[in-house]
Amino acid sequence: MKAYKKTTVTLEQGGLVAGSPQTMGAVRLVPLLRHGAPGDLRIARRGYGRTMGVVGLDGRPEDPGLAYMSYVPHGFVVSHTSDGTTASLGASLGSDVFDARRFVKLHHRMVKREATKPSGRARTATDGDDTTQRFRTLPLHLAMEGFLALQFSGPELTWSDYSEQAIRSGLSPRAERSVSGAYLQGLEDALRTFEIADDQVGVMVFVAEALASVFVLSHPDDYRRLHLSLLEDFFGELLATYAYFFPETVRSNPGFPTNPTSIEDLERAVASVRLDLREEAELLTSGLFGKQVTIEAMRTFAPFTLERFLPKFDLSEECHIGERIVRTDGTLEYMKTFRLSQAQVRRGYLLGKLAEAEWNLDDAAKRLSCTRDELVKRIVNAGFEYLLKRHLVTAALR
Amino acid sequence: MDNPSQRVTREDLLLFVNACFACTGQKEFYSDGYGQRVSLGFLHEYIAGNYRTLYARVLACGVNHMNRALVVRQLLATGKTFEREPTSHRAEENALITRTIRTLPTHRAMHLLEDLAKKGVNNRRTRAITKAYLSTPGPMAFRAVKYRRSFRRAAFHNHTKLEGETFTFFARGWKERSFSTPLFDAFRRAHYSEKAIYELPYSVAEGLAARRGVAREVFLGRIEPQLTQNERIRLLSSGTEALGKASRLDWARQSPTRVATYLLSLGPEEREARKEELRTALRLSAERAARVTATRFGKVACVVDRSYSSSGSSEKRKRPLAVALATVAFLRASSQSLSVHWSTPVDDELLVTARGTTDLATPVLAALRESPDLLIVVSDGFENDPPGVAGRLLEAGQRLLPDAFVLHVNPVFDVESYAPKSLSPRIPTMGIRDAEDLPTLVAFAKLALGRSTLEELEKHLETRVRAFLDDEEES
Repeated sequence: MKAYKKTTVTLEQGGLVAGSPQTMGAVRLVPLLRHGAPGDLRIARRGYGRTMGVVGLDGRPEDPGLAYMSYVPHGFVVSHTSDGTTASLGASLGSDVFDARRFVKLHHRMVKREATKPSGRARTATDGDDTTQRFRTLPLHLAMEGFLALQFSGPELTWSDYSEQAIRSGLSPRAERSVSGAYLQGLEDALRTFEIADDQVGVMVFVAEALASVFVLSHPDDYRRLHLSLLEDFFGELLATYAYFFPETVRSNPGFPTNPTSIEDLERAVASVRLDLREEAELLTSGLFGKQVTIEAMRTFAPFTLERFLPKFDLSEECHIGERIVRTDGTLEYMKTFRLSQAQVRRGYLLGKLAEAEWNLDDAAKRLSCTRDELVKRIVNAGFEYLLKRHLVTAALR
Repeated sequence: MDNPSQRVTREDLLLFVNACFACTGQKEFYSDGYGQRVSLGFLHEYIAGNYRTLYARVLACGVNHMNRALVVRQLLATGKTFEREPTSHRAEENALITRTIRTLPTHRAMHLLEDLAKKGVNNRRTRAITKAYLSTPGPMAFRAVKYRRSFRRAAFHNHTKLEGETFTFFARGWKERSFSTPLFDAFRRAHYSEKAIYELPYSVAEGLAARRGVAREVFLGRIEPQLTQNERIRLLSSGTEALGKASRLDWARQSPTRVATYLLSLGPEEREARKEELRTALRLSAERAARVTATRFGKVACVVDRSYSSSGSSEKRKRPLAVALATVAFLRASSQSLSVHWSTPVDDELLVTARGTTDLATPVLAALRESPDLLIVVSDGFENDPPGVAGRLLEAGQRLLPDAFVLHVNPVFDVESYAPKSLSPRIPTMGIRDAEDLPTLVAFAKLALGRSTLEELEKHLETRVRAFLDDEEES
């Protein structure tokens, strides 16, 4: 598996302004607005039908090596130019057909460059000028893979506490659960009735007041086309629970002056309401924006970079993983995030601590200020029982 | 001043009238058709049970056809309560029902009679009314041929004696040797000869032509003279070529809402190309509606919602937007001066689309700045950019401009509140189905304000009942 360079940065909202929220049932959608998108980065959807996807992480999917498996309903084709001219949208004609004969769709890597000129076909006028470059990415799976790959290789030293499997193949197979947007109660209705603003490039999805996901694209036209693709995305299990238990969100009711004396008064009041809403949105997203994250740069294509990020796993705070494309001036051109559940945060935290202690159980227990048996219990509870030798587990659980 | 019980009556009744203007039991943008029907069904039962006299008088208010049919059905189905009513009320109710059935479009009336049969409603009054309707000599043959199923079911259920050829028509149908009634005979002959198909009503002819394998273009070209106005409009988009470009359709005689609905059904290119023609059609139709209703407003400002939610549902495609567009046209024809403020500005009204968020705050502020006599807001009441502000603005505007009358008209019935969704509890909200109902709605809205009493409302209803029934004597 390829190792990417890691840096720590603070996540920013990157030139986007939050609009007025629209509430429906448990779901609140807050539009993200951007004025004058230059259009040198365009994103289109490519459908893969209702098939299971297998992504070869090291190379071709049919070759031996690491593979990522998930339900992958669609990929994004990113078209970009480096000189600021408008990019022509990637062709995705004919790829949305569901092929019933094929039960597994094989993907070649998470991020894959596309031929500028499609092979086997004569060039047509719609291919555009040659400045447009394209690559295909699997949205959110890129970030999820980053989370699954955390400390994936397992212990580097052959401590006697670890099982044969842990020494030989590390954490493999590593699995996490998530919920499809279609199963998130109320999301479908909320997306259907959502009114897209004219210069809207993104949306922040809140479920029962908790930030579920941020979805940003570069261009308003792309957003209009991909708005409903949110339904095919996956969300944290936690949010499905929230949506089930809190099916109604309180509509925000902004304050308003009781006794205005002129039309100008009213104008000022409306302006202040808009400002309040923006501040409220900022407050509710403070679990994501303004937080320190570890960034892995997946692909650099000046003036943009495609990155995925992992949070500092802090048990007392909400943690989001995600991916984004940023311009060199800091403008956010693409973003998709996923809210981790509490158990997932615990797993990330535990793996981090173990790696810090170079997988020495005593050392790690000291760092977590608990006993060695308690640490073993924590590892078992986190679902990593298969890493430890059997007798250790029985002794600790006795 | 009303005592509490009078106040409840007044509010209940206004709620009901309001629902009857807006609700059609169809799917809306925010709710499904089933919910709409359940909600409306409850209202009908509740009002009929508690205020029977007033309930019957709603028939004279100009509520939509679907609700008129429902009121008649409810009244006929509750014969027991009817027996207990004083004689004068019974006479009035009978007159109202008879007049309503006669003024309803034929398909509504026929389906109402069939519905009564399906529900098993069978009492002396229903039998008499059904018999009177079915045996009206002029249109009888047409009704019997076009609505064969409904006619048969209603007649058999009510033991209506079918006289002469009508009986043979239902007993032997097209197998009879010959009929002397031309339409019956055409129906018979159409089973043997293609020529006779074109003497039949369109919907009957369509099936027979399909059975005969007549090409659609040929069929449309030859059936053209038989089309009713509504059938002609419906066929305009699919069969323009076959019907011929100048298919006889006088847009100026159509209601503005119908013109607006047709206009919005066209694609942007066609609208752009036929802009001037459509503009004239909409103007003429609105002017005619203003003339017929004898409406004259002063200085009017209109705030119109064209957000994405005004695209309606699969059953009511772009209906809210069409109502909004028609309202603008109607107001333009009927007021001294008009300023229009769309939620998202449009360059040309005729090219309007349902798009964007519901920003009512900006247009309401712009409208208030004009200090109008009448401020009309056309919106489905779901406001989100920013949420909940337009209602406050309208309230404040009402205080700042005490002479202005502020009215919110809403083309969408909200299931949960049994009424069209309001922007603010202090601003009257009226359901609207057709733009030309606006003067009626303004009158009702004035009664809905806290200042009026039940007595005034009853007086208003009585006047309308008299006008409704007097019409009959003239015609």
